[in-house]
Amino acid sequence: MRITKRAATVALLTAATVALTGCSAAGGGTTGGDDAAACEPAEGKVDLTFTSWIPGIEDVVDVWNKANPDIQVAVQTGPNGNGGTYANFFNQLEAGNAPDLGQIEYDALPNFRVQDGLMNLASCDGVLDAKADFVDWTWGQVSFNEDDSVYAIPQDSGPMAMFYRADLFEANGIAIPTTWDEFATAAEQVRATGSYITNFSQSDINQFAGLVWQAGGTWFGNDGTDWNVDLTGDESIKVADYWQDLIDRDLVSTQPPWTTEWDNAYNTGAAWTWNSAAWGANSIASGAPDTAGKWAVAASPQWEAGDEASGNWGGSSTAVFTGSKHPYEAAQFALWLNSSSESLTMLNESANLYPAAKDGLDLPVLKEGVEFYGDQPIYDVFAKASGEVSSDFVWGPTMTQTYNDVSDGFKAAVSGNGTLAEALTTGQSATIKALQAQSIPVKE
Amino acid sequence: MSALTETPTATRTAKRARSNNPAPKVAKESPLSRIGAMTVMLVFTLYFLIPIWWLFIAGTKSSAQFTSTNPLWFADFNLFANIGNLVAYRDGVFLKWMLNSALYAGAGALLATLFAGMAGYALAKYRFPGRELLFNIVLGGVLVPATALALPLFLIFSQVSLTNTFWAVFLPSLVSPFGVYLTRIFAAASVPDELIEAARLDGAGEVRTFFTVSVKLMFPALVTVFLFQFVAIWNNFFLPLIMLRDETLFPVTLGLYAWNSQVNQIPELRGYVLIGALLSIIPLIILFLLLQRFWRNGLGAGSVK
Repeated sequence: MRITKRAATVALLTAATVALTGCSAAGGGTTGGDDAAACEPAEGKVDLTFTSWIPGIEDVVDVWNKANPDIQVAVQTGPNGNGGTYANFFNQLEAGNAPDLGQIEYDALPNFRVQDGLMNLASCDGVLDAKADFVDWTWGQVSFNEDDSVYAIPQDSGPMAMFYRADLFEANGIAIPTTWDEFATAAEQVRATGSYITNFSQSDINQFAGLVWQAGGTWFGNDGTDWNVDLTGDESIKVADYWQDLIDRDLVSTQPPWTTEWDNAYNTGAAWTWNSAAWGANSIASGAPDTAGKWAVAASPQWEAGDEASGNWGGSSTAVFTGSKHPYEAAQFALWLNSSSESLTMLNESANLYPAAKDGLDLPVLKEGVEFYGDQPIYDVFAKASGEVSSDFVWGPTMTQTYNDVSDGFKAAVSGNGTLAEALTTGQSATIKALQAQSIPVKE
Repeated sequence: MSALTETPTATRTAKRARSNNPAPKVAKESPLSRIGAMTVMLVFTLYFLIPIWWLFIAGTKSSAQFTSTNPLWFADFNLFANIGNLVAYRDGVFLKWMLNSALYAGAGALLATLFAGMAGYALAKYRFPGRELLFNIVLGGVLVPATALALPLFLIFSQVSLTNTFWAVFLPSLVSPFGVYLTRIFAAASVPDELIEAARLDGAGEVRTFFTVSVKLMFPALVTVFLFQFVAIWNNFFLPLIMLRDETLFPVTLGLYAWNSQVNQIPELRGYVLIGALLSIIPLIILFLLLQRFWRNGLGAGSVK
């Protein structure tokens, strides 16, 4: 995949209309973009800045700073990416004072790359060799599946599995579904007891994308010149129709996620399962404290019996921004941060990050039984799922817009106006328009 | 004047006399309309107070009981344990944020009030060419929302390398076009030219006249400007969001927002956000209770004459 310079230039020009003269130091783009910049170690002591919104990451960076007196990293922080930090990154790139390193979620990487905000680290010592250290699909996300590109180092991931109320399934004699067909049957049985098998989220579009990902679909593609938007591919429509059917038959609830009502549904046993990411383990534990010990985790239901496919929801990477004077040192730090077991253990303990590094999946903290889940070593399930995530899923350059448009359609669909598939169709055309508005070449 | 004040008293006496009379329905204000008015007021009072009540209740609950108990009534009382946990979390970064907010809002509002007061007074009391033009430009400033200025400010501050510093949030807080407008109107109405003339004749310089005579007369307006500006800075969110990266410089609004943006992945933060939000409104309540006396005096001062 290649993203053309033209798009980047136009995007920067658009941004420059709000900028004042002389502020576009980052506009030259000679060091970043598709040219792998020379990546040489600097002489003497180097100071780096690193923006991340993970609470407690300072403690991890302190460990690095103590061990590396010549590469000192200062942590900057803020709200999560879409909460304002991405907008800040673009402002800073425009003003020429971006940090050396920043946390970027996988679904936002294409946006930064299209705008020429990321440095290609492929020529930095040790970076290409690190490919084998990371779970394949995470490397695909940061390299855009190109051989000579590494635009970030994978940090964490969110392989998906099914959290379920083991006690309720057993007490009611309902089999744990292993395929989506069985899931629909189980949904009827659960509904007969008065509860719902799960809640369909009308606003977590990246969770829905994870389900499409598992079904083998993708939402975007890039053939080297043009973007291809494919929100309405066969797999996407299959997943949308499946859930639309469950919604129509009132077999799933449709509460807004992450609210107290939603927590309460899990806490009181009104909802029995949640297809979610590894990091979701704590969301249930804290949202449904009365159900401690009654949950378990199984692999996600499959589309065909015997398949072994998983989706992914969330996860982020550590990128080096265009304009950094010390990409070599920045890359060394990013590699250490995301692959050393010391760092990954600390990140898991302070922020529940589930590693993207292969060795990270075997950390002692991820091998233990978890009390809330009846002492099941649940991360074994996620480690297996992590290896089953396809490398082919591609994010687009305007995901915030895509999420918003699809979410508007989903919200309407769950209240009876239109269908999930129609929402995807609307999202498809809105996304094409948004790309055209930014002069990003796109196939109609 | 005296006739005016006597008339209502007289009517009231008459009304009372008549209401003793068995003849029904003579009172002008029927109990029904009074009940109606009270109901409307009660509904609105509840409307405004319930969120605060909810916040207070949520602040007293442990995280386990937060979702599972009645949101508008107490469960086990854990308020002080919650506060203790919040203050201890990440070496008391929350207290640091509260102090930052107090500094940005307190010092910022004080200086902003001083500058606005001086500018308003000058515009009201001195005649100089371009006075109206200047005032109209300031008025234009009232119309520009602070949010729209945040990004240009960021780019300007970037050029002088002042982003991510205390000054990046503090300096823009010193500007209050509305304060200039208010103090000008107030100075024109409440500071008599004769008094300034008298001060001048007694040999006071212009600066001294301003601080010893005019400030005292303008005090209610200055308190109003201070309160407005204090609340505006305390609640200001967008400017710090764009300017600041260093957690130790955050005001409490930005800090809590940053935590709240991660509740999905780190659920225990929700409790800290709730109790933090509760604590963060206390300074505003205290300030209003302390200063409303001056404020009310000011509102009443002009109306009796």
